[in-house]
Amino acid sequence: MDLKGRKITVHDMSLRDGMHAKQHQISIEQMQAVSQGLDDAGVPLIEVTHGDGLGGASVNWGFPAASDEEYLRAVIPNLKRTKVSALLLPGVGTVDHLKMAADCGIATIRVATHCTEADVSFQHIKLGREMGLDTVGFLMMAHMIEPDQLLEQALLMESYGANCIYATDSAGYMLPDDVTARISLLRDKLQPETELGFHGHHNLSMGIANSLAAVEAGANRIDCACGGMGAGAGNTPMEVFVAVCDRMGIETGVDIFKIADVAEELVTPIMDFPVRIDRNALTLGYAGVYSSFLLFAKRAEEKYGIPARDLLLEMGRLKMVGGQEDMIEDMALTMVKERDASK
Amino acid sequence: MGKKLRAAIIGSGNIGTDLLMKAMRSQWIEPVWMVGIEPESEGLKRAEEFGMKTTAGGVDGMLDQVVADDIRIAFDATSAYVHAENSRKLNELGVIMIDLTPAAIGPFCIPPVNLKAHAEKLEMNVNMVTCGGQATIPMVAAVSRVQSVDYGEIVATVASKSVGPGTRMNIDEFTRTTSAGVEQVGGAKKGKAIIIINPAEPPLVMRDTIHCLTSDEPDQEAITRSINEMVKAVQEYVPGYRLVNGPIFDGKRVSVFMEVEGLGDFLPKYSGNLDIMTAAGLRTAEMFAEETTNGKIELPRRTSR
Repeated sequence: MDLKGRKITVHDMSLRDGMHAKQHQISIEQMQAVSQGLDDAGVPLIEVTHGDGLGGASVNWGFPAASDEEYLRAVIPNLKRTKVSALLLPGVGTVDHLKMAADCGIATIRVATHCTEADVSFQHIKLGREMGLDTVGFLMMAHMIEPDQLLEQALLMESYGANCIYATDSAGYMLPDDVTARISLLRDKLQPETELGFHGHHNLSMGIANSLAAVEAGANRIDCACGGMGAGAGNTPMEVFVAVCDRMGIETGVDIFKIADVAEELVTPIMDFPVRIDRNALTLGYAGVYSSFLLFAKRAEEKYGIPARDLLLEMGRLKMVGGQEDMIEDMALTMVKERDASK
Repeated sequence: MGKKLRAAIIGSGNIGTDLLMKAMRSQWIEPVWMVGIEPESEGLKRAEEFGMKTTAGGVDGMLDQVVADDIRIAFDATSAYVHAENSRKLNELGVIMIDLTPAAIGPFCIPPVNLKAHAEKLEMNVNMVTCGGQATIPMVAAVSRVQSVDYGEIVATVASKSVGPGTRMNIDEFTRTTSAGVEQVGGAKKGKAIIIINPAEPPLVMRDTIHCLTSDEPDQEAITRSINEMVKAVQEYVPGYRLVNGPIFDGKRVSVFMEVEGLGDFLPKYSGNLDIMTAAGLRTAEMFAEETTNGKIELPRRTSR
């Protein structure tokens, strides 16, 4: 694989996807410390919001330690070079949230839908672009459909005004060939000026390999998380990816030792548990299940005595999509009834 | 048995057709007109086969016959954009408007919670909130009628095939209108609504999760009783409205997990979200008819134009 001389933008997820692993309890001070560390290490773009995006604060997913607005206002003014993005899931966040985030000074809005439902992003992508934001269409659970179906959805988002389209491996299920097939088709059929991105999860340890496959196929934005702090077994670890890129001659602009220090000294110490491939995170990647279901399944196991792995497998079998965390407790309750009935 | 009120259905699409099929079975409503805008539409042809009078000229195509045909109720299943005009024209002629669009000119109506109050006041325009609102607000109200609810949150999960282009183009309207309904009709001090669209095949039946945070420790026994009663009240017009799990109590959190299966009149059974809208709209019209028969309300007087 010869990628020498390629320039890419790495986008840090530790303060957004990492919120899942922290049950959305990262403090304002921790956000500031990590974001300034990322700034100093040369990370060009970072994401800051509730794990489920703007407006994600809820009983369903968890109330965060601070509001999206408080986080954004605490982080953005203290950064020298690094720009900040916010995530928005239509059906959860609204254009009002988008306007608030723009007012706080975000540079990028990422509008995320399930991979087959791009048309619900119309009003948010359109507004983001009209406001002059870097506007990204983010197609989640992209492993669930064929490349040509993904292309149809990407074309919709592009037509609404997205200047960058992501194939998002929310379940950490894809193998490099799956990434290549999707990104190369998008590269072939979308406008040449439309940027492409890949967001990986490390549930099968494929974060680095998949991200490289994406770059080779034409992606120029890669999501990583410093210290790997993200949902499931985390995202592609930033410090590792940056080191690999450096060895291969791919330019990221990030200082390897500085980013490794941020991971070691600022991110890892705030983790509630080691973000790693335990048997449940492995199940996510193996069965193609949305990564942020992990902690919900573990809590349901503790409360109802149904193994998290059984719950995750069933969520996968029923083709549950991102956001359906409510169905985990529901499923556990139903399984308890069935178990008790068969006694 | 009372006197049936004669009705017009505006909008000959899937919703209007499903509503027509339900209305034809009603003891209280007699559908007379189906109003469309496409002369060749399947919906208008079908309505004609069912014996309806039809027009492809929109509401204007029937206005001069409203009084002669004694039309008292109109269901608007078109869009928020044209609803205001439709409502103005028909209200002027003394027709009660039941709004199934997101226009929400009139007060929100969730039948088992506040329909009776609207009927007694002879509200000339009532709005049916959203599908998610119809499915969940009764549960919020079931908790808030027992004790104070600080926060009500609903998560509606619907099959991709049951979400039309209008909703998709303006999904914010769903979250805003539903959360407003959770507050205004559900009785929560603060409301939040989330909609999730799932494309699985075969399509999943509508699911709804309702979380309430009560101000004080929840009275488990009273809340459970109230919820079970409310489920029965909704089942009177949506038989496929089912409590799957709950109520679950966790501190001040009360959670209920519902499933809404439609009757499958014209819309497929999985689209309980659409069925509950047409069923609630019809239930609303029926209440106006019952109250008229019982002498509780008097329909607007009419003089010929």
